[in-house]
This record gives sequence, C-alpha cells and structure tokens, in this order.
Amino acid sequence: MFPIVQKRVLNETVTLMEVEAPLVARKAMPGQFIIFRIDEEGERVPLTIAGYDREKGTVTIIFQKVGYTTEKLDTLNEGDSLLDFVGPLGEPTKTDGIHRCAVIGGGLGVAIAYPQAKALHDAGAEVDLIVGFRNEHLIILKEELQAACTNLIVMTDDGSNGNKGFVTQALQKQLEAGRDYDTVIAIGPLPMMKAVCDMTREPKIRTIVSMNPIMIDGTGMCGGCRLTVGGETKFACVDGPDFDGHLVDFDEAMARGRMFRPEEAKAKEKHICRLTGEDR
Amino acid sequence: MTMANMSLQKNPMPEQDPQVRAGNFREVALGYTADIAMDEAQRCLHCKNAPCVTGCPVNVPIPDFIDRIKEGDFSGAYQVIRSQNALPAICGRVCPQESQCESKCVRGIKGEPVGIGRLERFAADTAMAQGTNKAEKVPFCGKRAAVIGSGPAGLTCAGELAKAGWDVTIYEALHTAGGVLMYGIPEFRLPKTLVEREINSLKELGVKIITNAVAGKAFTVDELLEEGNDAVFIGSGAGLPNFQKIPGESLCGVYSANEFLTRLNLMKAYTFPEHDTPVKIGNHVAVVGGGNVAMDAARCAKRLGAEVTILYRRSEAEMPARAEEVHHAKEEGIQFRMLTAPTFIEGDENGFVKSVRCIEMQLGEPDERGRRRPVPVKGSEYELPMETVIIAIGNSPNPLIKKTTPDLPTEKWGGIQTDESGRTGKKDVYAGGDAVTGAATVILAMGAGKKAAAAILEDHPS
Repeated sequence: MFPIVQKRVLNETVTLMEVEAPLVARKAMPGQFIIFRIDEEGERVPLTIAGYDREKGTVTIIFQKVGYTTEKLDTLNEGDSLLDFVGPLGEPTKTDGIHRCAVIGGGLGVAIAYPQAKALHDAGAEVDLIVGFRNEHLIILKEELQAACTNLIVMTDDGSNGNKGFVTQALQKQLEAGRDYDTVIAIGPLPMMKAVCDMTREPKIRTIVSMNPIMIDGTGMCGGCRLTVGGETKFACVDGPDFDGHLVDFDEAMARGRMFRPEEAKAKEKHICRLTGEDR
Repeated sequence: MTMANMSLQKNPMPEQDPQVRAGNFREVALGYTADIAMDEAQRCLHCKNAPCVTGCPVNVPIPDFIDRIKEGDFSGAYQVIRSQNALPAICGRVCPQESQCESKCVRGIKGEPVGIGRLERFAADTAMAQGTNKAEKVPFCGKRAAVIGSGPAGLTCAGELAKAGWDVTIYEALHTAGGVLMYGIPEFRLPKTLVEREINSLKELGVKIITNAVAGKAFTVDELLEEGNDAVFIGSGAGLPNFQKIPGESLCGVYSANEFLTRLNLMKAYTFPEHDTPVKIGNHVAVVGGGNVAMDAARCAKRLGAEVTILYRRSEAEMPARAEEVHHAKEEGIQFRMLTAPTFIEGDENGFVKSVRCIEMQLGEPDERGRRRPVPVKGSEYELPMETVIIAIGNSPNPLIKKTTPDLPTEKWGGIQTDESGRTGKKDVYAGGDAVTGAATVILAMGAGKKAAAAILEDHPS
C-alpha cells in the first residue's frame, strides 16, 4: 500500500498528491512517470512524476479530474492509500547540452513542465517558462514556477490575467524578439504540442515533447502506447515518454487517444452513480 | 494389485459444452472425478525404465504418483509430484504433454497414451480442495537470493531455493504475481484463483514476493548483489510484443495479443464496467498468428461475442499451437484461414480499423528450422471487413535489464546468454525461461528455473 501523505487542491480540477513510495523516490528523475492503481477493480493509469523527495521517500503527482479513475483518485485524502504505485518508468529527460531554452506547459502539462524547468534552471540554463491556462482561476503553482526559470510568461485563453492568448503566440513573440533557443520543451495537450512543433520546425529549433498515450503495464509489454516517430514504431513507455517533436505523428496519436472515449464516458457515468446513489 | 485397464483410449476429459462455454470465461476442462482418475491410473503399466519421465522437463516420477492414485492416496500422489514440480495444478493444465511425457508412454504405441496431464491435474486439484497441499518451511541456511520475475521460471527457481533453506525474494514488475500465468493465459484455460493458490504455497515455504518492482528501473541487478544477495536469478520473460510492420498497425482496434490478453486476464476487462479497464472488440475480429497465444486471443474474443477469424500464413500442419487448443477453438466456432497473410490494415476516417487486406500463400522450400516457407501467391489479394485485429506473432525479451546491466552477455536478438545450467556470463547471476530462449512454454521455463536453482546451490554451498 502507498499512503497519501499530502493532498493539495491546486484548482477546481487539478490536485496534487504526495505519495509515500520509497522504491520509486530512490531513482526518480524529471521526465519519468509512474503508474498507479487505486483498488482491486482499478485500472492502471500513468502519470508523469511532478516531484520527488529521496529522503522522505515520497513522490509527488499532479492530476486533472478528466475521467473515472482521476475523479475517484480525487476522493482520497491524506492518510488514505493507493493499492499500487510503480516506477520510475520511462527514460528521464535528457538535459545535457541545453543552455537557452523555452519550456512550454499547457494546462495540466504545466505540472510536468515545472520539474523539467526547475532541473534545467538549477543546472544553470537560461529558461523561459511559458505556461497557458484557460482562465486565471486555473493558474497553478505560480510561486514554484517563478522560482524555476529566468522568465515566466503566463498566458490565459480568455485574457483574464491580463495576458490573452495561447502559449504558441507567446513563443512566436519570443522568437520574433530574437530569442535564440537551442531547445524547446513542450508538454501539454496533443494539439498544443503539435502547434509548438509546427512553429519550431522551420527555424529548426530542437523540440522535445512528452507523450502520454494510453498504456497498461508501462514496461514495454502491451504495446498499447505505440507511436509513430520518424516513420518507426516506438513504445512511449520504454523509448519515451520524451521524443523529438518534429518526428512524432501527432494525428495518429490523437486518434489513438480517442480509442476508448465511449467506454470512458460509461465508466464516468458509473462513478457519478456511485457518488450520488442515482440509478441510471 | 488389480489388473491393468487395457482400454486403448484415454478416459475423455469432461468439458463444458462448446456452445455454452463460448459465452463464458469459466474453465473449459472440468477435470476427472476420483472414479475416472482411478480408472485412468489403471492404464499405467509402471514401466521399470519409465520412458515418460525422460519426457518431463522437471523429471516428475510419473509412475510413482500414478500408483498412489491407483491406491486412492490422492494427497500422496500430490506430494510425489510436488517433490519435483513446484506448480502441479498449472502443469496439469498447460503442459504440452502430447509432445513430452505422454509422447514417450508405452501405451501410446498401440492406442492412446495414459492421460498423465489429466491425472496430474486431478492430484493437484484434489490436494488443494482437501487442503493437503501444505508446504513446510525449511530452516534458514544463511544464503539469500533475489529472483526477478514471478512467472513460471522465477516461481520454480524460488521454490527450489526455498526448499534448500535459502531466503528468497521475488521482484515482480506488475501489481500481481504470476507473470504470463496471470496476464497471458486466459481464465478458461487456467483459473486465476488456482495460480494464486500455487503461489501461496510457495509463500508458505518462506518465499517473499514484492510486486510493483521493476528491475532495471527501480533497481539494478548489481544493486541486488551489493545488497547482500548471494545469487540473482533473472526470469523476466519475453514480454515485448512483435508487430508485423505492415501499414495500419497503429490504427485504433489493432492490439498486440499481449495488450488484448492483459486487458482481459490481468485487468478483467470482460467484466467492464465492474472492473475499470475497458476493451473494445467489435463484431468482426481477425487474429494473426498460429500459436497458443493466437488461440487464446481468438477464444477470448469469441467469448466477448465477436465473429473470430484466425489468419495464419502456413498450413494447419505447421501451426505451433497445441492440437488440443486448435480443436477447442474450432469447436467454439472460430474460423481458420490458413495460408493467409495480412498485407495492409485499412482504417476509416476516425482512425479505426475497417478491413484487412490479405494475400494467399503457398508453401515453398523448408527454412533453416525445417518449416516450409510461405510464399505469396501473386494477384491473390482480397479484403476482409474487420473492426479489430489482434497481432499474435510472438514476443521478444524485455530490454530493461539488458540496458542496465552492461556486463551481462546477451544475444543479438536480446536473449540472455547462459550455459546449460542457467549460468550467465556474469558472476552469481543466473537466468532462465523466455528471457533466455525467446517465447516458449510454461514447463520449459519451469525446467530452466529448476536447473538454475540446482546450479545456484552447487555454486554456493552452505
């Protein structure tokens, strides 16, 4: 069992949990992920590691309530435990040779962009951290973000924080202003990562994306997380989750991400029934 | 002693009716009753040289255990099997007896061999039902071992070492112990409660199992040695699914057999939404391949209500699946298209499988392994409407351990190199099962686990 030692609501849909998992904390690195399972009937869900404390033996995860399992996870509190918590899985982000970079996070992707920005910033790189949210109420980790970069640019879709636009527009502005990044790291929804890659392709800026496809075991066994990268089949769990964004077939990844939509809706309905006792 | 039963036929295995079982996940074979088992046991002639034993990868004293069944001493029969075989209830179900013990049986020269597998299963099931399958913990001898992987190779190796007084810890990557016995082989062929019981009897021997522990990620082989283990056994299996590398394999609706079977067997997707993991199957399913895994996948898909077609590029004679599995699949209404290979999977506008383009094959010259090579017949392509395609064309060893253990010699294709006894090129490190041989059978993995345990005991006298 893996006890939850801290729970923090970051906004109405995003929650942070610090989980006691010494075996994972011992080796975890930015860019890697874990897989959790809540209970005997639960599904295995991958989440990128948002932080770790080797001494305390804890790992931090940040999740958005998007489906049945994440809704259920959000009902747990400090003192409750997860049945399974395995990792660290995947390859860590390769930060060598990065001196001037933009780290871009969209929505929940900000939670994963944060440790990467922090690791690069701590290693002495110049980091522009560009993050985007739908509105100002959804902005998370503001202080942490500020401390993890050279420049922080926070965008909102509706302009409610006074800075309207998408992260790609902010990136465009930076590029036009002459920022010569050696690397761009983009983490967020697939359409956002695709848009960033389209923007950096022409100026030939190396762009790393973090893929989060459907997977079961996370150790290379099921192949459910396969992606086409540069015309080759890759498994996100063992070959990634980081890939050269200019080589990823995003359209295919988006289609594969939609594979279980109807089933997800059905499972979510079950959750609402259980919570409210309604008979559907 | 009573006269031997000279019937030329084995006592048939009572089975669920094919029509009924094609709609449920309960076990197909129901097992012998005590009367049938004792009658079948009478068919054994107790040959002095026991040719059957030479066909068994773990050397079960077959005539001896059958004698106990003849006498009605069923728990005695179990103890005899257990002396050499850590997982009798599993072997009685999934061993290919027809090419092992039973292929050597003298009764098979004229008529059918003794139903050794069925009798083994009977003895194990009876002992478990009566609770006489208890194992005694052996005093600690001062030696410690780490076992990577809790599949048949790892479980067997761990059991053998524990019986010799070793302190053994198994590290399992998934959340449940059992490896392929849990995620791969379906419930209707190998009930999961039974696998759990076999594993529990290993725990009674003192074997510890840590789940959610991924070797090569959470820890390395070298760390296990540094942390005070006298030996490490690697039984990490062949878990990496192969694909055909034809266009369309990344469409929604294309599964590796591993993914499909894991969803069903480990995650219990056939009970969705009671269990949270879904599986999407559609009405028309193609399974590509001709091995036992292909049969398992096809029979699972059938139980979910689909029309299932197996596409195999050679003819039935070359099929690597057990004859019994092919027979069961046919009985359950699964269609077979032999000498057929998919060349292209067509998708619809949403990225879901729409059809599979196939080409007819004919058999050409034998390849290096003596199997006739399939050759495409020009102009014979046609299309089959499908919603799901399951690729069951084999697996490769998992590279995680190889990647993090640079001084462990491996083959080009990823298999770990060992001598005949399971010793690797790295001191105190042993390996066996599919991680060494590539995908094979449960019993061969068990045989390898047992041999490696013997080598470990020989190299580390206490």
